[in-house]
Amino acid sequence: MNPSLLLAIPLLPLLAAVIAGLFGKLIGRAMAAGLTILGVAASCFLACTVLRDLLIGGVEPFNGTVYQWLATDGVTLQVGFLVDKLTALMMVVVTFVSLCVHVYTIGYMHDDAGFQRFFSYISLFTFSMLMLVMANNFMQLFFGWEAVGVVSYLLIGFWYTRPSAIFANLKAFLVNRVGDFGFLLGIAGVLYFTGSLNYDAAFAAAPSIAGKTITLFGGHPWSAMTVICICLFIGAMGKSAQVPLHVWLPDSMEGPTPISALIHAATMVTAGIFMVARMSPLFEYSDTALSFVLVIGATTALFMGFLGIVNNDIKRVVAYSTLSQLGYMTVALGVSAYKVAIFHLMTHAFFKALLFLAAGAVIVAMHHEQDMRKMGGLRKRMPVTYWTSLIGALALIGTPFFSGFYSKDALIEAVGESHRAGAGYAYFCVMAGVFVTALYTFRQIFMVFFGKERMDHHAAEHFHDVGWNMKAPLVALAIPSLLIGYLTIGPLLFGDYFGGAIFVRESNDVVGEMGAEFSGPVAFALHALTSLPFALASLGVISAWYLFLQNPAAADRIAGVLAPVRRVLDNKYYFDWFNENVIARCSRLLGGALWRGGDRALIDGILVDGSAKSVGRAALLVRVVQSGYLYSYAFWMITGLVILVGLFLYRL
Amino acid sequence: MMLNQHLLSILIWLPVIGGALVLLLGDQRAPMARWVALLTAVATFVLSIPLYTGFDPGTPAMQFVERMPWIASLNAEYLLGVDGISMPLILLTTFMTIPVVIAGWTVIEKRPAQYFAAFLILEGLMVGVFAAMDALLFYFFWEAMLIPMFIIIGVWGGPRRVYATLKFFLYTFLGSVFMLVALIYMHLKSGEYSVAGLQALPLTLVEQRWIFLAFLLAFAVKVPMWPVHTWLPDAHVEAPTGGSVILAAIMLKMGGYGFLRFSLPITPDASRELDWLVIGLSLIAVVYIGFVALAQTDMKKLIAYSSIAHMGFVTLGSFIAFDIQAGTGTLSGAVMGLSGAMMQMISHGLISGALFLCIGVLYDRLHSREIGDYGGVVNVMPKFAAFMVFFGMANSGLPGTSGFVGEFMVILASFKASFWYAFFASVTLILGAAYTLWLVKRVVFGPIGNDHVATMEDVNGREFLLLGVLAAAVLLLGLWPAPVTHVMESSVKHLVEQIVVSKIPVG
Repeated sequence: MNPSLLLAIPLLPLLAAVIAGLFGKLIGRAMAAGLTILGVAASCFLACTVLRDLLIGGVEPFNGTVYQWLATDGVTLQVGFLVDKLTALMMVVVTFVSLCVHVYTIGYMHDDAGFQRFFSYISLFTFSMLMLVMANNFMQLFFGWEAVGVVSYLLIGFWYTRPSAIFANLKAFLVNRVGDFGFLLGIAGVLYFTGSLNYDAAFAAAPSIAGKTITLFGGHPWSAMTVICICLFIGAMGKSAQVPLHVWLPDSMEGPTPISALIHAATMVTAGIFMVARMSPLFEYSDTALSFVLVIGATTALFMGFLGIVNNDIKRVVAYSTLSQLGYMTVALGVSAYKVAIFHLMTHAFFKALLFLAAGAVIVAMHHEQDMRKMGGLRKRMPVTYWTSLIGALALIGTPFFSGFYSKDALIEAVGESHRAGAGYAYFCVMAGVFVTALYTFRQIFMVFFGKERMDHHAAEHFHDVGWNMKAPLVALAIPSLLIGYLTIGPLLFGDYFGGAIFVRESNDVVGEMGAEFSGPVAFALHALTSLPFALASLGVISAWYLFLQNPAAADRIAGVLAPVRRVLDNKYYFDWFNENVIARCSRLLGGALWRGGDRALIDGILVDGSAKSVGRAALLVRVVQSGYLYSYAFWMITGLVILVGLFLYRL
Repeated sequence: MMLNQHLLSILIWLPVIGGALVLLLGDQRAPMARWVALLTAVATFVLSIPLYTGFDPGTPAMQFVERMPWIASLNAEYLLGVDGISMPLILLTTFMTIPVVIAGWTVIEKRPAQYFAAFLILEGLMVGVFAAMDALLFYFFWEAMLIPMFIIIGVWGGPRRVYATLKFFLYTFLGSVFMLVALIYMHLKSGEYSVAGLQALPLTLVEQRWIFLAFLLAFAVKVPMWPVHTWLPDAHVEAPTGGSVILAAIMLKMGGYGFLRFSLPITPDASRELDWLVIGLSLIAVVYIGFVALAQTDMKKLIAYSSIAHMGFVTLGSFIAFDIQAGTGTLSGAVMGLSGAMMQMISHGLISGALFLCIGVLYDRLHSREIGDYGGVVNVMPKFAAFMVFFGMANSGLPGTSGFVGEFMVILASFKASFWYAFFASVTLILGAAYTLWLVKRVVFGPIGNDHVATMEDVNGREFLLLGVLAAAVLLLGLWPAPVTHVMESSVKHLVEQIVVSKIPVG
């Protein structure tokens, strides 16, 4: 592969971002949008050629240095690319979704004063994300990791005059930093135990450190690999929003909808999933860490799904759905089914970006109304949006032959095959999650597109469907949402697509076991029609239809009976309450206490100024004596003399 | 050739002479004085570039050496030289003086000539500190430097400037006196003052302990380390913008430099024995001061506390070599820790300097440092907001900016010494982002805070230039730190070799 061509893939969006960002006013709106779209389109095209070369051209994966970032102490840190089929897949997904979002943005941000700035940010994001997935070492991975975080910060707070937006972006950044805290420790651990931060060297050393230990608390030795992998995974928990570091993702919906689709659904939040899959040569040597991954993922998958049922904000429902789906991917990682995780990542990127952009189209058509209780019956007013949403929803709930079906069914099957500690709990969670997913997804579809129109007279009058520049991306995303699973399940999961990019130990190879029974995508789908997940999904859709369309009174009755549960769900399990009232408040109080008590009272008050004062007091005493009057000196001299003489005589 | 032979002398005395000239021109001819000051600062920086380009990174030996008799009776020499540790710090000094001169251009109305003169003389003396290879000469520059800074805060400072200057002066002076005692003791023993001679001087463990503690007092105050740090927030708050910039960017680095040049190589055995003390105080700086910074309502105080927390990485990275050796049996990681400490010093010089300049820009408009007096600045000052967010991110250690490099290296290296060192050091990832970005949120973002904010004008050409140059430097060092680490490598390696050899006399 040509290195300069690879280099062009991330640099073209960067260049466009810099021009649109620095000279946005000068070049105007159309030019800024045109340039960035051109940049990302070229980048997408090149990424496709790279994938083609790897797939058909028989080209070997590329692993090379672009430049040396720093060399010290025998450690070389570099900026370099590793482009194998795993990376190429991510590159295509990232640039394709990004391209769709760029085009869509022309319509969505049409009236916004920050038009150029927005294009600059999303192109900058594309660059950062590409640097992340193309890295061949941990340093650059961390660079991309943090860079996407910053762009996410800028975009969540895009409307910076809104207090809720600038609260949400700070929260997102700080929660991610908690994850990065673990991630950085994991990277430091990798360097310590393997002696290198380059993937190839670090992975090659992995088997030899499997038996090494590290002592953390009071002499009890821990497996080094477990510590490293859990630390790395804490990073993934931040970026991929796993419980309890998920709290930032729902709030991130404060940002404009196109970035919710691009960053907070399709790409950035899946960085953690990608990272763990990339690190499979490390994670495979720690069952403990993988069990940890499994349990966290399963908890996220089910419990975040519940929250989707009670929310009325069209974007937040999709956001909770994203959380739940990220949990599914994490579960797949936890059972060593990395391929399935990446497969689900890909299908999810398409259908979830589609659902977000469709939600955005509804929001724009409704003049920035996000409350689903004020929607309803939009099926006829927005046919393209309706049909594409329906495709996205059917894919999400795992309808046979749709893309999401293949990835989700394979995922559930993999969990069923696994014997890892926690797999039983995870199996229950992902299975129950199927019902929950269908319930909240179709609750949304029914509330938005079916039933009576609930918008008021004013809204109805000003209603206008979106233009083609917003519909075209919906259609462009609907096609892979429908087909991509059917087309790729064979090679991705049961063929040799990933080659050496993903490593699974033989004893953990659940996907390999499934492969023995796989006989084509059609048979896979037909078989599923009689399986439990399909029944649960159908039940979910029917329940949604009955409760939210046919007989809403029943839904209210259930809510009444389950009031305590409802309260917990409405408060999102009190995570936000805890973070704001305990963690944030205590940190501020602690800071204030240390400052006033430690710095001001103790150090300054007693030690510094105190010692200065005691010198002052001593001086005051001395000053009384040193009055400057001759008679005073004479008096003290005589007194002293008398005392001395007295003592002298007395002693004698 | 002539130039290269006396380059260090030129870098020391050119700004001093320029400063004297500015002083002579006087306040009546302020415009001319300004231009002379700028010219001197730029010329000094340009002349310092050969220090980098002509530097041989292959050797740890002193380069650009100048040697002349100074005080013959004491055997003290006018001995100058640089290695990979001091050379980047000299460049930082000559570089950072330029934005300071530009920042004071129109803002300083009271005695402008004296203001610029003070900074130029200060620059020369600071270069002297880094270039002096004779301990007495070092001490001379070290103390002389306090005078212009004392004047800068005392004359152009805020309302509590008298308290702040006294505190600043007494603190640093007190620490330095102990260093002088240690130097004199060693002089009596060896008969010389050259740094190389002192580094080679055998000392018993008891002697080393006392000398180490004396040095620690001098350097810990300067860095500053907890608990001798409280002079810094007061000094920053009262100092004019330029004073804060130099204080944060250069003067704090002298403490870190002192550890590398004096404490570690002169008292290696005591350093090994007492490294827990420095490491402990460093981690307290990162965590305790990080929390304290959260509680600040004064922007300058907040950045001052942030400086203390960041300097914790310098002292941590400098002293982990012994634990690495004890834990792993090798020294792999020691060089990275020390290089990381150096990178952190240089990066912090740029970033904290830039942040103080940003606060200066705000202060020039509203004459307030209170966070609560601002809010929504981005609405009226979008360019400024972009700079503030950028430097805020750099201060939070964002990869791609220089703020990341040193912290990353120190954390990687400290993991080799102990998981827990790395753990507590990494807390900065959260706390550093929390206090910096919370500041940014309250000052820059949101709706326009009040009527005063509504009247603020965006940065002018002069302000844009100096913030832009610093931003470019921060970005460049973050994207490509190799040119800096490359020149330090040999010297840092040499230092590691020095500190692992015991100096306790045998028998």
